Amino acid sequence: MSTEMYKPGSYPNLPPPPGTVGFYGWIRNNLFSSISNTLLTIVSVVLVYYLIDGIIGWFLFDAVFDADSKIECRKINDGACWAVITRRVGQFVYGFYPEAERWRIDISFLTMFIAFAPLLYPDLPKRKWLLWFSGIYPFFAFILINGGFFGLAKIEYSLFGGFMLTVILGVTGIVCSLPIGILLALGRQSKLTVVRTLSVCFIEFMRGVPLITLLFVASSMLNYFMPPGTNFSILVRVIIMFTFFSAAYIAEVIRGGIQAIPKGQYEAADALGMNYWQTTRFITLPQALKISIPGIMNTFIGLYKDTTLVVVIGLLDPLGIGRAALADTKWNGLSTETYLFVALFFFVSCFAMSRYSLWLENKLNTDHK
Amino acid sequence: MVKNKNKSSKPVIEIKEMHKWFGTFHVLKNISLGVNQGERIVICGPSGSGKSTLIRCINRLEVHQKGDIIVNDVELTGDLKNLESIRSDVGMVFQSFNLFPHLTVLENCTLAPIWVKGLPKKEANELAMELLTRVKIPEQALKFPGQLSGGQQQRVAIARSLCMQPKIMLFDEPTSALDPEMIKEVLDTMIELAETGMTMLVVTHEMGFAKKVADSVIFMDEGEIIEQNDPKNFFNNPKNDRTKLFLSQILNH
Repeated sequence: MSTEMYKPGSYPNLPPPPGTVGFYGWIRNNLFSSISNTLLTIVSVVLVYYLIDGIIGWFLFDAVFDADSKIECRKINDGACWAVITRRVGQFVYGFYPEAERWRIDISFLTMFIAFAPLLYPDLPKRKWLLWFSGIYPFFAFILINGGFFGLAKIEYSLFGGFMLTVILGVTGIVCSLPIGILLALGRQSKLTVVRTLSVCFIEFMRGVPLITLLFVASSMLNYFMPPGTNFSILVRVIIMFTFFSAAYIAEVIRGGIQAIPKGQYEAADALGMNYWQTTRFITLPQALKISIPGIMNTFIGLYKDTTLVVVIGLLDPLGIGRAALADTKWNGLSTETYLFVALFFFVSCFAMSRYSLWLENKLNTDHK
Repeated sequence: MVKNKNKSSKPVIEIKEMHKWFGTFHVLKNISLGVNQGERIVICGPSGSGKSTLIRCINRLEVHQKGDIIVNDVELTGDLKNLESIRSDVGMVFQSFNLFPHLTVLENCTLAPIWVKGLPKKEANELAMELLTRVKIPEQALKFPGQLSGGQQQRVAIARSLCMQPKIMLFDEPTSALDPEMIKEVLDTMIELAETGMTMLVVTHEMGFAKKVADSVIFMDEGEIIEQNDPKNFFNNPKNDRTKLFLSQILNH
């Protein structure tokens, strides 16, 4: 190519050479940039093909979706025996919640998305109206799930189980632990000695004790510490423990975010005459929470998965239901299928949370680096 | 030189025998200074001489330990109530702008008027747009600070302070963090502000600005006011040897 002559200051903006940008550019740079890279690409594609081929066969093409027992499954085909799931899917989802009342769970679950939408997506149209619903949703869901009001039959907590139990524990824990965590983080930074000491003690105690110990305390001892006459159900006690436990972690994550804010931000707020709570609300927290999103989401996902620990105090979370299924002589030995199914449920929920947090991080990024 | 017709003999800041320590380090020593309404004072001096600390004492970002500071007839003490009234009367512009990065330019300007002064949102927006027009960046109102150049950010910071309608403006090295070609736009904004009759205390090394705008130039070294004079005498025949040395260092390069 000939080099054109231009007068200084009049050199035009030229497009990059062909094949260096865009789809083909990416492929060339990343997959076929050298001979060894090309070889690696081909070997990897072949390997992935054989792996996927076997796995998909077991999962889908050779799998049995309906049968009466494991033995019958094996007679039909040699892939996965998903019948253990399809035959017991009701239990996996609702635990032992009475079949006739399961619509109450369905409605609570679906309306949960409406309640969360205005909180998770600040740009939603009619957000103010939807926020009213978010406000009453906890009571609405409690009445619906627990019953005992408006002619709804009261359902015992001991019948709760399965994914429904996971979602109740996880979502309540997450929603309650964020505000408590924020208050603890602010408390730890407070100039008031009593507030600071109490916050530090609470955080260090909760972080210093294994969650499973706290759950045993919840199941056996918590009532001794309560005023006489109060009797929280085991479910409420467990939720309190989950909330406190993850609030302590969230407090530390947010403290990191608060400390990352330059001193100049506070000086500017001070110079404008803003008081502590105005500064906290408009300057400190928006910036600290934004910085802390990955850490907060980490804690949330951790809490969500830790809900499976309730199996040790006799609550029937999905793993408990799975064990019950495996104890059935008809389905004996199908642990791979059972646990994969439970794993898939957790993966889908946690992956969604992780994607949401990425989206939020990008949305709140005003640095334009 | 900009003629100051707005200068009056009414004192708005009075500092009497004021001392400040950082721990055991004596940063400000026996400072006495009176500033009249509409007066423009430039403070210069080598780094570490206490000039920033001095103006930060005036809106109590720093707390003095001895002596008196009286701003707008209010004495600065530990009492929270008069602290807030002082801070809404005294605006401050920082070396590193300190804009709020998560808020748009407009929100930066309206936040304090709405929440501290209780201005209705519509009025606050109008006021902010008026002041952004005055600093010549109304078209950037909906952008975030991170999208602006340093000079533009500093002009937003000036507009943000002015939105509180202060009686006194403090400038803490407002052009020190800027690229050379942006210093002028900020200084021009400050000159225009001076022409409106604002009382200004400016810590800066921009001696051209001092010559043009200041009613009085103060030279500080090691926590003391060494010399105070009108710009003409200050630059042409400085009396103190340290002032002479300092001026020869910053003017001849």
